[in-house]
Amino acid sequence: MDPPFPAERGVDVYNKKLGMWVFLASEVMFFAALIGSYVILRFGAPGEWAKPGVVLNIKITAFNTFLLICSSVSMVKAYAAVSDGDIGKMRFWLLMTILGGACFVGIQVFEYIHLVERGFVPAGVREGSELAEMVAKGELPGATMGLYGSTFFTMTGFHGFHVTCGVISMLFLYLTKALPGKYTQQDHAGIEVVGLYWHFVDLVWIILFTIVYLI
Amino acid sequence: MTTVAASPHTGHAHHDDRSFVSKYIFSTDHKIIGIQFLFLSLFFLLVGGILAMQIRWQLGFPGKPMPGGGILPQTMAPGGVILPEYYLQLVTMHGTFMVFFAIMLLLVGVYANFIIPLKLGAHDMAFPRINMASFWSAFVSGILMLSSLFVADGAPRAGWTMYVPLSARHDYSGVGFGQELWSISIIFFGLSSVLGSLNYITTVINNRAPGMTWFRMPLSVWALFITAVLGLLAVPVLAGAAIMLLFEQVLGTHFFDPSAGGQVLLWQHLFWFFGHPEVYILILPAMGLVSELIANGSRKPIFGYHSMVFAIVGIAFLSWIVWGHHMFVSGMNPTLGSSFMVTTLLIAVPTAIKVFNWLSTMWRGNLRFHTPMLHAIGFVTMFTIGGLSGIFMAATPLDMFIHDTYFIVAHIHYVLFGGSLFAIFGSIVFWFPKMFGRMMNEAWGKVHFWLTFIFFNTTFFPMHMIGMAGHMRRLYDPTIYEFLRPVQPLNVFISVNAFLLFAVQIIFFVNFWWSLFKGEKASQNPWEDNGLEWTLPNPAPHGNWETPPTVYRGPYEFSAPGVTEDYLPQNRKLPTDREPALSPAGH
Repeated sequence: MDPPFPAERGVDVYNKKLGMWVFLASEVMFFAALIGSYVILRFGAPGEWAKPGVVLNIKITAFNTFLLICSSVSMVKAYAAVSDGDIGKMRFWLLMTILGGACFVGIQVFEYIHLVERGFVPAGVREGSELAEMVAKGELPGATMGLYGSTFFTMTGFHGFHVTCGVISMLFLYLTKALPGKYTQQDHAGIEVVGLYWHFVDLVWIILFTIVYLI
Repeated sequence: MTTVAASPHTGHAHHDDRSFVSKYIFSTDHKIIGIQFLFLSLFFLLVGGILAMQIRWQLGFPGKPMPGGGILPQTMAPGGVILPEYYLQLVTMHGTFMVFFAIMLLLVGVYANFIIPLKLGAHDMAFPRINMASFWSAFVSGILMLSSLFVADGAPRAGWTMYVPLSARHDYSGVGFGQELWSISIIFFGLSSVLGSLNYITTVINNRAPGMTWFRMPLSVWALFITAVLGLLAVPVLAGAAIMLLFEQVLGTHFFDPSAGGQVLLWQHLFWFFGHPEVYILILPAMGLVSELIANGSRKPIFGYHSMVFAIVGIAFLSWIVWGHHMFVSGMNPTLGSSFMVTTLLIAVPTAIKVFNWLSTMWRGNLRFHTPMLHAIGFVTMFTIGGLSGIFMAATPLDMFIHDTYFIVAHIHYVLFGGSLFAIFGSIVFWFPKMFGRMMNEAWGKVHFWLTFIFFNTTFFPMHMIGMAGHMRRLYDPTIYEFLRPVQPLNVFISVNAFLLFAVQIIFFVNFWWSLFKGEKASQNPWEDNGLEWTLPNPAPHGNWETPPTVYRGPYEFSAPGVTEDYLPQNRKLPTDREPALSPAGH
C-alpha cells in the first residue's frame, strides 16, 4: 500500500489515509456551505419553518439515526477484526455496515415519498395537498414554507447521496477485496479509509438531524 | 487508488508495453495528464479569445456587421450584427472560459500535474487513477460548458459571476437549458478540482525524494501546494452554491428568492467566498513559476527564499477574509466594509515582498534574456500595475465610484493576462523541451513576447481611462450614452489593438505546433537549471526515475562558489554533502 521507494519523511500517515483526510476537509467545506446557508436563511425568515414534528416524522428519523450510528459501530468492529487478523469476522461486520447504510437510504427514500405524497416538495407546499389544507386551517405557518422545503431536501438529499456513495464503495470493497481474501492483518488500508469516510458521513448526519428535525 | 506507476515493474521506459489508449488517452502518467490538460486549456484559451474579439467588435463598432459574422445563426447575429442577447452570452462565456477553463486549468491542471512529481523526485502522483479522473471530469465539464452555446436560447447571460435572481429565474434571464448547463458544468469542475487538489497535497506531503525537505522545495511547488489547499477548501463552496442555483432553476427552490424569504445576497457571499481564494488560485502558481524563470534567467539564488514562501502562505491566508470587497456596493454595514478594506490592503504587503524579491534577484545578476525570462519580467511589470490598480478598488470610497466600470476590467486583465498568462507563456516555452523533447523557436518566441507585450498594453491600459470616464462593464452599446461619446474613439483604438493582440498569438500558435514536430532536439538541460526534472531525459519516461534521486541542496544554487558551471543541480553530490537521513515513505 506504500510506494516501495524511499522518500523524505512526510506525515506518518500512508498516502490513501492522508488523501482521505484531505478529501474530508473539502467535504467539510461543502457541507459548511449548505449548513451555513441554512442557518442564515432560517435566521432571516424564521416564519417559513413549521414547528418540529409537524411536517417531518421525528420518530422514524430518530430510528434511522440510530441505525446509522450502529453502522458506524459495526464499521469499527470490522476494522478491529481485520486488525486482529480475523478475516471472517471482518467480512461479517463489513456486511452489517453495508446493510445498515442501505437501510438508512431505503428509509430516507420511503420518507421522501411519504413527504411528497403529503405535499412537501423542494419548492415548499404543493397546492391542493394535505399540507396545503393544514396551512389553510392555520395549523402550519401561513407562508409557503418554500425555504423549509428547499433546505430540507437539499441538505438531507446530499447527505443521502453521500451515504449511497459510501454503501457502493463498501460493497465494491466487499466484493473485490474482502470476499477474495485480499485484506490481511498487515494490509487493510481500504477498510480504514472507507471507515474514515463512513464516520464522517455519520457525523454530518448527527448535525443535520439536530438542526433540520429537532430544532 | 493503487499507486500503479510506483510499482518497480512499470517504472522504466523500455518496459513500456502499454497500448496507445492507455498511454496517451486514459493515461495515469502525471506527465501525460499534464499535457492533456495543456491541449484542453489552450483550446479553451482560443475559444475565450474568439469570444473576446466579438465583444471588442461590438464595443468598437456597435451596430456594424461583423466580418465573418454572417456564419452565426439569426438568433445570435443576424447579418453579422451582434444582438444584445448574444452580446451578454459573449461576456458571460468569455469570463467563464477564461477564468475556469483557460487560466485555472493552464496553471493548476497543467503545471501542478506536470512539475510537482518531477521537481520533487517522485515517481508519479500519489493517486494516479484519481488524477486521471480529475482530467476527465474537467473534460466533461468543459464540453458541457461549451455545449451551452449550442442549445436553444443559447448560453447563460447573467455574467460569469451568475448573480441571482437574474441567473436563477428563466423568465428573468430569458435563458433556459443553457443556464442549467452552467451549474452542472461547474459541479463537474468542482469535482475535478477537488480530486486534483487532494492528489497534489498528498504528493507534496508524502512523496518527496530523500533530502527534499520542505525548505528545499522549489517555489513553484510551494505555490502549487498552497494553491491546492485553496482549491480544496474554496471550490466545494462554489459547488454547493452551484447546486443551490441548479435546484433553483430546476426544482423551483427558494434559496435566493426574496418573495419567499430567501436571500439574494447569499449567492454573492457564497460566490465571492469561493471567488476570492479563486483569484489567488489564478495568480499564486504564476508567481511560483515566475520565481523559477527569474532565478534561472538571473543566474542567482532567489532573493529571500523563506520570505517568498511565507508571502505565499500569507496571501493564501488573507484571501479567506477579503471577499466582501467585491460587494461594497451591494449594501453593507460601513464598519464591515472598512474591515474588508483593511484586510484587502494588507495583501499588498506580502505581494510587495514578492515583487521586491524578484527585483533583488535580478539585481546584478548575470542576466540571460531568453524567452521565458522575458515573459517573467513581463509578468513582474504587468502584475505590479495590476496590483496597484487593485489598491484603488480595495479602498471603499473609491470602489463605489469605479465599481462595475472598465477600470475593473482593466485591473482583472492586467493581473490575469499581464500576470498569469505571461507566466503561462514563459512556462510553456521553459518546460516545452521537458514535455516534448524539442525546443520552441527562440527568435519567434521573442517576437511573440514583444508584440504581445506592446499590444497587451495598448489594449488594456486605455480601459483604465474609459473606466474612470464611467464606461460600464458588460455594456452592449456605449454610443447610446451622451457622456460616453467622447471615449468612443478610445474604444475603437482598444478594439483595433485587441485584434492585433489576437493576431500576434498566431505566432505562438504556429511556433508551438511547428516546434512540436520540427523543433530543434533539446539537450538534457537546455536552460542549465537546477531542478530535478532536468536530470531526466527529454521527454521523461513513464515512472520518471529508475532509482529515486537524492537531494543535497535547495533549488536555486546558481553561480555557487567552487563549481565550474554556474548552476548546481539539486541532486549533484559534492564532496562536502552529507547523505540525508532516510525514512521509508508513509511510515
